[in-house]
Amino acid sequence: MALLEVENLEIAVSTQRNLLPVVQGVSFTVDENETLGIVGESGCGKSLTSLAIMGLLGTSPVRITGGSIHFDGMNLLALSERERRAIMGNRMAMIFQEPMTSLNPVYRIGDQIVENLRQHQNLSHAAARDRSVELLSLVRIPDPSERIDSFPHQMSGGQRQRVMIAMALSCDPKLLIADEPTTALDVTVQKEVLDLMADLQSRMGTAIVLISHDLGVIAETCDKVAVMYRGKIAEAASTADLFAELLHPYTRGLLNSIPVVDRDVEWLEAIPGRVPTLEETLTGCAFQPRCELATELCACEAPQTTQFKPGHSVQCHFAGQDRS
Amino acid sequence: MLAYTVKRLFTLIPTLLAASILVFLFVHLIPGDPAAILLGDTATPEEIAQLSAEMGFDRPLWIQYFLWLGNVLQGDLGISIFFREPVLAVIGSGAETSILLASMTMFWIILIGLPIGVLSATKHGTWVDQITSSGAMLAASMPTFWLGLYLIMIFSVTLGWFPSSGFPSLSDDGGITNLRYLILPSLTLAAPNAALIVRLVRASMLDVAREDHVRTARAKGLHPARVTIKHVFRNALIAVAAAFGFTFAALISEAVVTETVFSLPGIGRLVVQSILRRDYPVIQGVILVIVVLYMIINLLVDLAYARLDPRVSLK
Ligand SMILES: Nc1ncnc2c1ncn2[C@@H]1O[C@H](COP(=O)(O)OP(=O)(O)OP(=O)(O)O)[C@@H](O)[C@H]1O
Ligand SMILES: [Mg+2]
Repeated sequence: MALLEVENLEIAVSTQRNLLPVVQGVSFTVDENETLGIVGESGCGKSLTSLAIMGLLGTSPVRITGGSIHFDGMNLLALSERERRAIMGNRMAMIFQEPMTSLNPVYRIGDQIVENLRQHQNLSHAAARDRSVELLSLVRIPDPSERIDSFPHQMSGGQRQRVMIAMALSCDPKLLIADEPTTALDVTVQKEVLDLMADLQSRMGTAIVLISHDLGVIAETCDKVAVMYRGKIAEAASTADLFAELLHPYTRGLLNSIPVVDRDVEWLEAIPGRVPTLEETLTGCAFQPRCELATELCACEAPQTTQFKPGHSVQCHFAGQDRS
Repeated sequence: MLAYTVKRLFTLIPTLLAASILVFLFVHLIPGDPAAILLGDTATPEEIAQLSAEMGFDRPLWIQYFLWLGNVLQGDLGISIFFREPVLAVIGSGAETSILLASMTMFWIILIGLPIGVLSATKHGTWVDQITSSGAMLAASMPTFWLGLYLIMIFSVTLGWFPSSGFPSLSDDGGITNLRYLILPSLTLAAPNAALIVRLVRASMLDVAREDHVRTARAKGLHPARVTIKHVFRNALIAVAAAFGFTFAALISEAVVTETVFSLPGIGRLVVQSILRRDYPVIQGVILVIVVLYMIINLLVDLAYARLDPRVSLK
């Protein structure tokens, strides 16, 4: 059994009138020491999927309406809130997209790491503080024994994200969920943070779910990839298989849109059109209005997930075909 | 923190000077001979001439100002027309009542306002929130004199639990139990301000709860109560502290009304009576005391603010 098994996950947003499905039939597994990349455009449900795994949907109007999530042999959706909290920040941890605002501005960073440590481990304050200094040096913060008393506003975005990583790793999690950990950072810092995560993974054997909308980042860091489009997994395979043969026209669109030199290019423009909103009900394939391969079949019938090759699944009537 | 305090103290000086000029001009803006105004209707021409010479009323205004300021700095605020006593002593006699009233009011504001605000925010959208929010709305919109009279009718006249007026000093018979005279007045004064704090705590906690760092706190697996108090409430206090200064300004004018309604021998009632008696030196003195007090309170609020928000003192 894999460390994390997500099966047929369904998530919906409840509005005054009805439930709008946001994530539909999403399944994937992650093993120890493995990195799964989830990639897709803005609004396709990547964050909601990761928050659902972590147990952070909480009081928002977003609900899990179906499917299961197994972690380390436990059925997470069957656990009590208390049992769930014992896992959060402990065996499963998460870092977020917004390093500038993800730390509490009124507490010193050391105290915020200590808080996480003491929540799950029976440590004295002094011992937790020593451990926090170690963690800060592990994530390569210079002068960790001094910086531990800094407030978040005294640090750069990259440093704050390192602090978040240190905090997430403080209890040796088996699974780290990183929701666009580098999107808000500039390119050189991005690379440093990703390298740091890869390095820590090879030392600690942590499984990682890395969410990104940059296929380039995914290609460099992940063992396998799930491409999401409007709440569904359009294509999933090992990174090598996926880049060897891009089956889904959406994946090809994403790849073509990786900007090479000029980071200011609005890369979304490479695929014409936009992701249909939650309110729009779709009969056929959600990508069909933007797809150059679309036919009448695509407009009336949603494609099922098919195993194109062992370990390479895709949701497309014309998987692997060109326009010709 | 010390450097910040000293810096803030220095910025008070120009404000204080400006305020003192306004207070000084007060007597001179009233038509008539300032010496006659300061001495009242019963003064003899000799007395008026003597005070004129003392205060230099025949000399240029700016010299008069500095003479007056010199006296004020030495604690000499003039002589009350009505009491024939130094103004400072007259104000001092009302100080005990007013300070005790203010302290008890603050006590209620914090004791009632903060917990109900937290409750209202954590239960937002439920009937608990509905009730506390409408209660706060009601309390905030009730005129002080009306609430005071209402409380007197219920708790003094009908139930006989508390005295309806007056306040013997704590050093008189009864000692500390004399504080019961201040319970209704302080509650009257606290109600609208506590309601303000309830609404403020609620709104600012709901704002903070949406911030990213609260999600981080929840991701640590902390108990929801700990997230609410240590992360949401603690950060919401920053905005609440900033509003405390404004509360104080409102408190001063409401205290005047409350002391009058409950016939408390405090500074607020002294102001009203002095206006009726045209006791200008006392009015002038009280205004000066209030201005200084107001600035000190605001300085304390700013210091609290800087303590609550580490980003402030460094800017
Ligand atoms: N609390 C919420 N209430 C209502 N709708 C929501 C809520 N959170 C998310 N959504 C909607 O759910 C959809 C998926 O959101 P999600 O945050 O998972 O996207 P994402 O793939 O992470 O996008 P991004 O790349 O912008 O982070 C979006 O259309 C969003 O508008
Ligand atoms: Mg997201």
